[in-house]
Amino acid sequence: MEMTEAILLTIFTAATPLLLAAMGELVTERSGVLNLGVEGMMIMGAVAGFAFAQMTGNPYIGALAGIIVGALFSLLFGFLVLTLVANQVATGLALTILGLGLSGLWGEAFVGIPGIKLQPIIIPYLSELPLVGKLLFSQDIIFYASIFLIFAVMWFLFRSRPGLALRSVGDNHHSAHSLGINVIRTRYLAVMFGGACSGLAGAYLSLVYVPQWVEGMTAGRGWIALALVVFASWRPLRVALGAYLFGAITIAQLHIQAIDINAFSDLPQPLFYLAGLIKSTPAQFLSMLPYIATIVVLVLISRNRRLTLINTPATLGQGFVPDR
Amino acid sequence: MRLELERRANPSKLLAFLSPVIALLMTMVTGVLIFAVMGVDPLKGLYAFFIEPLTEVWSLHELAIKATPIILIAVGLAVCFRSTNWNIGAEGQFIAGGIVGSMLPILAPEANGPWVLPAMMAMGMIGGALWGLIPALLKTRFGANEILTSLMLVYIAQLLLDWLVRGIWRNPAGFNFPESRTFTDGQILPELLISGRMHYGALFAVIVVIATWFMLTRTMKGFEIKVIGQAPRAGAFAGFSAKKMTIFAFLFSGALAGLAGISEVAGAIQQLRPVISPGYGFTAIIVAFLGRLNPFGILLAGLVLALTYLGSEAAQITLGISDKLGRVFQGLVLFFVLSCDTLIYFRIKLVRSLAAKTEA
Repeated sequence: MEMTEAILLTIFTAATPLLLAAMGELVTERSGVLNLGVEGMMIMGAVAGFAFAQMTGNPYIGALAGIIVGALFSLLFGFLVLTLVANQVATGLALTILGLGLSGLWGEAFVGIPGIKLQPIIIPYLSELPLVGKLLFSQDIIFYASIFLIFAVMWFLFRSRPGLALRSVGDNHHSAHSLGINVIRTRYLAVMFGGACSGLAGAYLSLVYVPQWVEGMTAGRGWIALALVVFASWRPLRVALGAYLFGAITIAQLHIQAIDINAFSDLPQPLFYLAGLIKSTPAQFLSMLPYIATIVVLVLISRNRRLTLINTPATLGQGFVPDR
Repeated sequence: MRLELERRANPSKLLAFLSPVIALLMTMVTGVLIFAVMGVDPLKGLYAFFIEPLTEVWSLHELAIKATPIILIAVGLAVCFRSTNWNIGAEGQFIAGGIVGSMLPILAPEANGPWVLPAMMAMGMIGGALWGLIPALLKTRFGANEILTSLMLVYIAQLLLDWLVRGIWRNPAGFNFPESRTFTDGQILPELLISGRMHYGALFAVIVVIATWFMLTRTMKGFEIKVIGQAPRAGAFAGFSAKKMTIFAFLFSGALAGLAGISEVAGAIQQLRPVISPGYGFTAIIVAFLGRLNPFGILLAGLVLALTYLGSEAAQITLGISDKLGRVFQGLVLFFVLSCDTLIYFRIKLVRSLAAKTEA
């Protein structure tokens, strides 16, 4: 029981940054903008979160700084692709490259300094429930925010008027424009929301997941979040599902590396042999698992053309210049 | 006041030529600001970064060594990007080329003779091409997004290399350091000139630039690349297959990235290590755009970006500035060049907002 609880808890921790970043990118992409700069915004959020937590001694201010810096950084991307109608793929890459560079420069003074961890908020009574008490009600504020975000995004996109406007911008920006919806403003807001979410995801890494600053600590999570949006075919609940699935894969490879093979000695011979085989896999191959899983999942989901075509925002990645 | 874009009837030829230059100037200006914020004399900073590495013979050789892999990769990427195949995993193809090309000297250390180096180069190109073929096939067969798959393959290649040099390929006489055995004379790319370390890889880069320019501008294949990239429907009517083009573009750029990888390993490093690239594959993306996807433009842009690598090392030594600044400059260059490209296709006008107009 204890063991299951501990494993599930680490899965939640590994999944939360993916969930946050992917949920933000989902909203951005629903408005028709493909921002490949998730990795860059995330790492900027991570370094900003760490820096402000150090400066003020308050990790909550760190988390807030992560959100703000993420959103501001995404504005740079927004200005290029929305105002200047630059190529979205290339600009997104530029944002990632710049973010990795800037965060390295900013964070240089923080390397090796112990971080300030965001402490869990234990919800009275609910936290005493068996299993779910520890998992769902004794977590930090960013975790709660991530759960809230799933339902907030679902409600916003499919039950609210501005959400409908945002989706219409993503599906046909010319029609939305003729209906009097401000396409560019909607997209700016969607891009900034994505930036804020990625920034918070980064702050989660440097304030909860590792509590310290390591250069390049996002380690491709931003890219996995991008893949999750495709995998989820632009549906919020599936994004959440995918994030927890990937959290599980990340954690599985860590646990396999630490496992004691003798614990399986009473298993039937072939299973024990299999466990030994997995155990003897070099660490590097286990570390490849999340990346390989991303490719496999992308292939599986893309094979189903109909599913992806129905949900892909029709103007995804296209610039918009209003004709007056 | 707000910005408004007005599409030009024809893209501006002058600005197409000037936009990379403007972008570089804007990067310099931003550099001055960054130096000022960091409390460094901006003139000294710019000098250390962009001029000092050009003042000595040995550092010019280092410049060529850094520029070689970047240019080789970027020329391949230009073919990909022109045909709108977003290969951003060149870093992985570079590593794959380094690994496959090194199989010969590592598994057969006694191998010697004039055939060894050509064989290593060919194997490197095959390794890179095969690694590039994976995202191409996943795209053409299953419709999987090549941006994400090619990037995931970078992490996989890095881990594979790490496992090799710490595991089965570790130098038995290397005191347990995570390194392969060092290559011997016949397995090392010789130096081009007696004055310094620049190796034959630089020659490969120049040849590849000229050959690719010829292909892009003087052959049917180049026309096909252009049509599929700019007007995919017209390409389909002309009988050009977008799928075959995807395969071709990835094989081509993968092979060049692989050649860059094995040239770097056999020329500059002379053994395999856990890390063989300081991000050349990603820098090459910047170079491809800064060079406006033109091989000769890429040659120049590659030299400029190689300078940021050397400059950040030099500035760290002489001024004590962080060597991370080089990466910041690289990101800024790409940002500025992408914004300047807008000027080629649009006129930018400042207009007063509607409310202000009615008031007046």
